[in-house]
Amino acid sequence: MTSGHGPMMAMRTTVVKPKDFSKTVKRLIRFTSPFMFQMTLVIVMAMAGTIFAIIAPKLVGNITSKVAEGLYQIAQGVPNAKIDLDYVNSIINLLALLYSGHALFTYLQSYVMVKVTQKITFNLRLLITEKINHLPLKYFDTEPIGDVLSRITYDVDTIAQSFQQSVTQSITALTTVIGILFMMFSISFEMTLIALISLPISLFMVTRIVKIGQKYYRARTRTLGMLNGHIEESFANHPIIKVFNGENQQTQAFEKLSTKFFLESWKSESFSGMMMPIISLVSNLSYIAVSVLGATLVIQGQLQVGSIQAFIQYIRNFSAPINQVANIGTVLQSTVASAERVFEFVDQPNEAEDQVGTPCPEVTGAVSFRNVDFGYSDDNIFIKNLNIEVKPGQRVAIVGPTGAGKTTLINLLMRFYDVKGGSIEVDGIDIRTLSRYDLRNIFGMVLQDTWLFNGSIRENIKFSDPKATEEQMLMAADSAKVDHFVQTLPEGYDLLINEEANNISSGQKQLLTIARAFMSNPSVLILDEATSSVDTRTEVLIQRAMEKLMGNKTSFIIAHRLSTIKDADLILVMNHGAIIEQGTHVSLMDQKGFYTSLYLSQFEPES
Amino acid sequence: MIKMYGYLKHTWWQALSAITALTMRVMADLSLPDYMMRIIDNGIVLKDMDYVIRTGTSMLMVAILVVVLFFTSNFLASYIGSRVGDLIRKDIFKKIESFSLVEFDRFSTASLITRSTNDVQQVQHIMAMSFRILLAAPLTGIVALIKAVELTPSLSWIFMVIFPIMSIAVILIIGITSPKFEKVQKLTDKLNLIARESLSGIRVVRAFNAQKTQTEKFQTVNQAVYSNNVTLMRIMSFMDPVIMIFMSFTTLLILYTASDRISAGMMQIGQMMAFMQYTSQVLASFINMTMIFTMLPRAMVSARRIREVLDTQPMIIDPQIPLSFEPTKKGEIVFDRVSFRYPKANEDVLNEISFTAKPGTVTAFIGSTGSGKSTLINLIPRLYDVSKGSILIDGVDIRQVAQKDLRAKIGYVPQKGMLLSGTIEDNLLFGAPEASHEVVEHAASIAQASTFIHEKEDQYLFKLAQGATNLSGGQKQRLSIARALVKQADVYIFDDSFSALDFKTDAALRKALHKEVGESTLFIVGQRVSTIMNADQIVVLEKGRIAGIGKHRDLLKTCPVYYEIASSQLSQEELA
Repeated sequence: MTSGHGPMMAMRTTVVKPKDFSKTVKRLIRFTSPFMFQMTLVIVMAMAGTIFAIIAPKLVGNITSKVAEGLYQIAQGVPNAKIDLDYVNSIINLLALLYSGHALFTYLQSYVMVKVTQKITFNLRLLITEKINHLPLKYFDTEPIGDVLSRITYDVDTIAQSFQQSVTQSITALTTVIGILFMMFSISFEMTLIALISLPISLFMVTRIVKIGQKYYRARTRTLGMLNGHIEESFANHPIIKVFNGENQQTQAFEKLSTKFFLESWKSESFSGMMMPIISLVSNLSYIAVSVLGATLVIQGQLQVGSIQAFIQYIRNFSAPINQVANIGTVLQSTVASAERVFEFVDQPNEAEDQVGTPCPEVTGAVSFRNVDFGYSDDNIFIKNLNIEVKPGQRVAIVGPTGAGKTTLINLLMRFYDVKGGSIEVDGIDIRTLSRYDLRNIFGMVLQDTWLFNGSIRENIKFSDPKATEEQMLMAADSAKVDHFVQTLPEGYDLLINEEANNISSGQKQLLTIARAFMSNPSVLILDEATSSVDTRTEVLIQRAMEKLMGNKTSFIIAHRLSTIKDADLILVMNHGAIIEQGTHVSLMDQKGFYTSLYLSQFEPES
Repeated sequence: MIKMYGYLKHTWWQALSAITALTMRVMADLSLPDYMMRIIDNGIVLKDMDYVIRTGTSMLMVAILVVVLFFTSNFLASYIGSRVGDLIRKDIFKKIESFSLVEFDRFSTASLITRSTNDVQQVQHIMAMSFRILLAAPLTGIVALIKAVELTPSLSWIFMVIFPIMSIAVILIIGITSPKFEKVQKLTDKLNLIARESLSGIRVVRAFNAQKTQTEKFQTVNQAVYSNNVTLMRIMSFMDPVIMIFMSFTTLLILYTASDRISAGMMQIGQMMAFMQYTSQVLASFINMTMIFTMLPRAMVSARRIREVLDTQPMIIDPQIPLSFEPTKKGEIVFDRVSFRYPKANEDVLNEISFTAKPGTVTAFIGSTGSGKSTLINLIPRLYDVSKGSILIDGVDIRQVAQKDLRAKIGYVPQKGMLLSGTIEDNLLFGAPEASHEVVEHAASIAQASTFIHEKEDQYLFKLAQGATNLSGGQKQRLSIARALVKQADVYIFDDSFSALDFKTDAALRKALHKEVGESTLFIVGQRVSTIMNADQIVVLEKGRIAGIGKHRDLLKTCPVYYEIASSQLSQEELA
């Protein structure tokens, strides 16, 4: 787990409230509308199953009453008095039917619902991944990747897990509560009132506790975040902490946080743990009330013994759905909050549509920037009226201090971002009139960031064209000086780059990204600090290979080491978003300007 | 997992009280059906209202006792869980802080982080649950079972029938589903991996027009997750109805036999009702116990992962009787035939390295990627220990002094900034908390950091975010250099520490640095020949061996490797 997907993400412990509950619910319902038929079926089956379950205790009570009646008659000495076992057996048969029906419906209902839920999850994931492909890169300037990732993983998982629960439970719980109330009232009005008298009190107490508990939970979550942050940081910077003898300092700070977390977690859990005792108290009080009042009514002859039994059963069954209803509130809330986050992401504006029309040209590689204005945000246009002319086949180097705008030029050329003013042309064609696909086919790119995916080395080299032949792959590998070191690896080209990509060195990674770019056989090659992690000797070798490969194609090179770009046909010196000098190495050195001082500072002696 | 319960000895009286409270609570709770039975069988049959009321009052007392005990045991359970989590967390953190880089390599940093966050959290959770549900479920089951059998021994055969069948059913379902669970988990991880990849490599994906490839990859796994989940969940859906059927048919079985026995005058109605209630409690606790089986495996994996860390002894430890450095000596370092090999590796990274670095001199290391430069300098502060040979500082083997004393002598600047969250001042004072503000400012100015620090509104109190994301790469490197300077050490190590600086800053910094630390022993690892060409001695490394050692001018003539490196960076005139 690296790069913004640390353990922190996995632990969102509090319930996040949705911003606009009803709007998102409506949207979610629309999203589930293709499954209307199945959903209706589920609702009907859930209700039917529940009703079966609700009728049963009354019938059980009837059996008891019948048995008691027989006993009473025998005790009274009624002639021929006996317990009507035939009646008892017939009810038992009926009950068996009811119970089976209940179980069957429960199963069928979740059988259908499983598929619906999983399909919805599947669709949501698909929706998000497709969205990622259409978002402008600009979106990721402000939104951390970890955040998008948690929408695909955490939020979709939350929906997957809670959707089924919230739908079926809310139906069964509601049906159960109404059904039981109906059954209880039908047996005895007074008993029902007595049984339910404690309900409002408990509801009141539970909501109070939840309110107070949430306060502690928030504090706890905050501390947990700090605690985990401290752990991540301490471990990531372990060498520094060791060499600076900072172990004690770090440990003390950690222990302070840990103790704080301990106290907060004790408090918050004690509070949330109060729910269960209170619910059990309510249930016990009702149990006692029913036993005593029931007995009194039976003695007075107003009630049958079996009704006490039925009531006891109903009360026990009543507390479960109430618990559920209380839970569904939070479950539903987190489902909706997650759905909202997913929809929010899906609703982001897409990047501008491709203009279809101009077919893909066979380019010679002339690139020109005409009066280009650009800034990453509208209020900060830092490139103004930029003009560059690159002739086909030129090797162009871009140099300048950090933040001068070198990489920005590449971003504009690849249309990761669109210019705010002016235009960029390739062979005289405005790049905005080409499809992005065709435009990017023209370029091969190697970045400083050596991103490789979790797959074999072969697959990584063939990234741009998975169907390429083995020979083509080997050619590219050979030109990028990859072949030699791959041969020394245990599994050669089949070696899987692991999740952290730490089973090969950063220099080797960079070589692989170069091979990958060679593989795509581009018309124009872009190297953005591409050789910063390889040593200078290897760099020279790669450059030679590149010269051979590119022949007389255009290339752009951004480099820190000025020594590597001395032979470039055109050197653009950038500072603060403008090109301040341009020419060849020799002509620029003659100017004795910015470039000269930049170049000489490399060799300035120390004393 | 069992070893994790060893932590309970620190909270033994809370644990004991929790168990006592829990047991009393279960017993009290389960005595209620008894009372009810008496109300029905004595009160109703004899029409004794007084008896009914009296029994009801007793029940009320019991109910109040139950809730008090319930509160108490929950309160204690929360304490135990949180406290044990706290203790484990502190132990594991302390342990990891004592690790050398060998152990960090072995576990990987990411894994150590997960172990001390998620895994500890998992164990803490199960600890609290242990005292809430894990113990309560079997306890309730056993007490209810005893009560039921005591009440009506003649009906106890019902349990003999139900238990085995139910156990088989539950074991069957768990047995079928658990490998499937694992598979789904693996697939989900894969899915997340692909998503993460597509996001972190979004620029590359687009540059290579590989959106479709990535989406297809994602879809394949997404499809697999979908179909596996449907199968798994459908099997899981069996669980509820099966258990329901068992419970309800047990009720029917009791009704059937009991009504028979009642009519024969061998049983009373209240007794039957109580028996049914106990039975349903037994079955309910049985279901709760199956929940334990789904929770435990996860916690056990976490416990094992924590244990692994706690049981690891760091490779690098202090000697039993540490020697100390002579305070008057200034830090002469001798590498005497030093070899180094990473654990489990087949080849040496460094082979027979020998040289001497005197105070007041600069020793530079250069070589291609993977030649062992960074490894070599990591040996000096004992981030790793040599495999063969020895390193001496002022004549003392560094393995014979306390690590604290050794590292107090060293100012170290890593490749990446490696700054901690907190203010700039906190960071600069990290190695020397007692240093005065003047020292800090002076160090910052040498490191060419003053200008940008003073541009910040809070200056030295400017707060760095985690990973110092609110600073540029060059700013991080400069602060990291200043941090080492504040220590006023005898030995300084710069591991390619100037790479993120532009040439002008680099040159100014090195000029100031030279004046400041002229007395100390300096080590510089560099990629640029220009950075190191003025060193007193340059050590050229090639595949872990010394290919040449000497001054720039001499090496150009005598060392072909050095000449090659230099010629790739310098012009012909400069080489001459």
